[in-house]
Amino acid sequence: MDILLSPFMLRALLAAAVTGLAAPAVGTYLVQRRLSLMGDGIGHVAVTGVALGLLTGTSPTLTAVIVAIAGALLIELIRSSGRATGDVALALLFYGGIAGGLLLVSLAGNGAFALQQYLFGSIATISTQEMLVSVALAAVVLVLSFALLPQLFSVANDEDYARTTGLSVKFYNVLISVLAAVTVSVAMRTVGLLLVSALMIIPVATAQQFSRGFRVTMLGAMAAGTIAALTGVSFSAFVDVPPGATIVLVSLAGFALTFPLGVVVQRRRRARIPFNVEANEVLTRANEPHGHVHGPGCGHQAVEHGDHVDYLHDGHRHAQHADHYDEH
Amino acid sequence: MSTPSDSSTAPVVSARDVGVALGGRPIVRGIDFEVRAGEVVALLGPNGSGKSTLVKAMVGLNPVSRGELTLFGESVQRFTQWPRLGYVPQRSTAAAGVPATVAEVVGGGRLSRRRPFRPARRTDRDAVRRALETVGLADRARQQVSTLSGGQQQRVLMARTLAGEPELLVLDEPNAGVDLASQEAIAATLSSLVDTGATIVVVLHELGPFAGLIQRTLRLNEGRLVYDGPALGSTSGEHGDDHHHPPTLPPLLLPSVRAPLDGGR
Repeated sequence: MDILLSPFMLRALLAAAVTGLAAPAVGTYLVQRRLSLMGDGIGHVAVTGVALGLLTGTSPTLTAVIVAIAGALLIELIRSSGRATGDVALALLFYGGIAGGLLLVSLAGNGAFALQQYLFGSIATISTQEMLVSVALAAVVLVLSFALLPQLFSVANDEDYARTTGLSVKFYNVLISVLAAVTVSVAMRTVGLLLVSALMIIPVATAQQFSRGFRVTMLGAMAAGTIAALTGVSFSAFVDVPPGATIVLVSLAGFALTFPLGVVVQRRRRARIPFNVEANEVLTRANEPHGHVHGPGCGHQAVEHGDHVDYLHDGHRHAQHADHYDEH
Repeated sequence: MSTPSDSSTAPVVSARDVGVALGGRPIVRGIDFEVRAGEVVALLGPNGSGKSTLVKAMVGLNPVSRGELTLFGESVQRFTQWPRLGYVPQRSTAAAGVPATVAEVVGGGRLSRRRPFRPARRTDRDAVRRALETVGLADRARQQVSTLSGGQQQRVLMARTLAGEPELLVLDEPNAGVDLASQEAIAATLSSLVDTGATIVVVLHELGPFAGLIQRTLRLNEGRLVYDGPALGSTSGEHGDDHHHPPTLPPLLLPSVRAPLDGGR
């Protein structure tokens, strides 16, 4: 257990925790806007940013933030002008970002190894200063994600309607893009640029199996993301593999393990939605001999239907009427 | 709120020679009309006649390419009195990516009255609850929107707008794809709003349950205003030309002719 308490490991765990909190918070908005791949697009662009930092000898985190924000704004500009569909715009940036990064890193000479830390994460090399920058940036992302939740949700949910309530749709769309870019830069030392998007999206997919509301989904995704990030980083320390791989695999395992449970929860929830009461319903008597008495705990789902309860029985809706059951 | 001093006499909506072009193509062409406070006006017309394009221009979603369009005496291009305006869009069938509760969606209607970074206050929560009671969905506040029927979802959009407590309501085809019970619930909601003095502009395909409510109709055809006067559906009895007859012939015998504007929007 000593390894978990060493200074570099504590820094790595702290960086992982803030990444696990911030990435799914922003990811929830991206999923809502059907831009799940945006994190990937920004991550690829940030590769060029990191390479620029390595080439010029400045902090790769700083150059990554700047280039990622520029890329995010470009994606938003292309998307909102409607010149290319969102996914074509993203694809263009994927290619440009990776190719640009590769070119610059090759020019820098120290090439692939330096870049690899940023592509797949590297916990051993996180300095105290970088950790503090990550925590500060993640805090900004989290504060804005929560303080502006009603506005960001409304714009992501129905852009046209949000505009008629006087919200600046352009401002909030740009804000989401910038938050995503900052999150990518925060996450690149833990999950790495090529896998950062997974930590934005998978926890949301896990949480929304169980949630009915937007805020609850976001909180659940943040919990799932934090658990995955901390577990993944710890694994990575013991078996000496890049943390990006373990964090994402733990995330996916969480989704896979909860999937059957999610299916059951959703089925049960859907079955419990009260039936609508129609003005003139056709009532027919359940025609098969009904040897079974429906009641609490009889094993058949009870569903509200106006002033009484229907029981779901082999795809029929049975409602008690005197000595028999009616089909509703 | 920056209410002009003459707001009691100024028309709520004023259109002078209004044209709306989408992608360079003129859709609405030279329309003049005024809507006064408390009026209930239906916009009728066939598919592609420009009704939706016009109301979207009224709420600032489509650019006005010609003429002048004002709400509460203020040009729609520079409109700032958002709390007075309530827009109910046509329900989109595409479900959003993340689940949302009915209360969360309806809360969006309060944003015209809320400032960023301020948490919701009691007045906001009360307005959401009242709006849900008005449309008869108070018991569904914590339910996921996508599990509701089409008619109930349309009522959620209605409640969202009511939560903002607007003076002018603009509705775009509130009956499209909505069951009769919900149509009647929406009509009842609107008539209670009329009693409180609200002004209503509603795009309709047919008057249906709204017939008793509409005081005046504007009829568009090919982007021009062709009729402005009392509601035809309510004065000429049951058989106005505002509705479709279901086909009485077997489908195979129907002539396979399509009007050029069928399905065009």
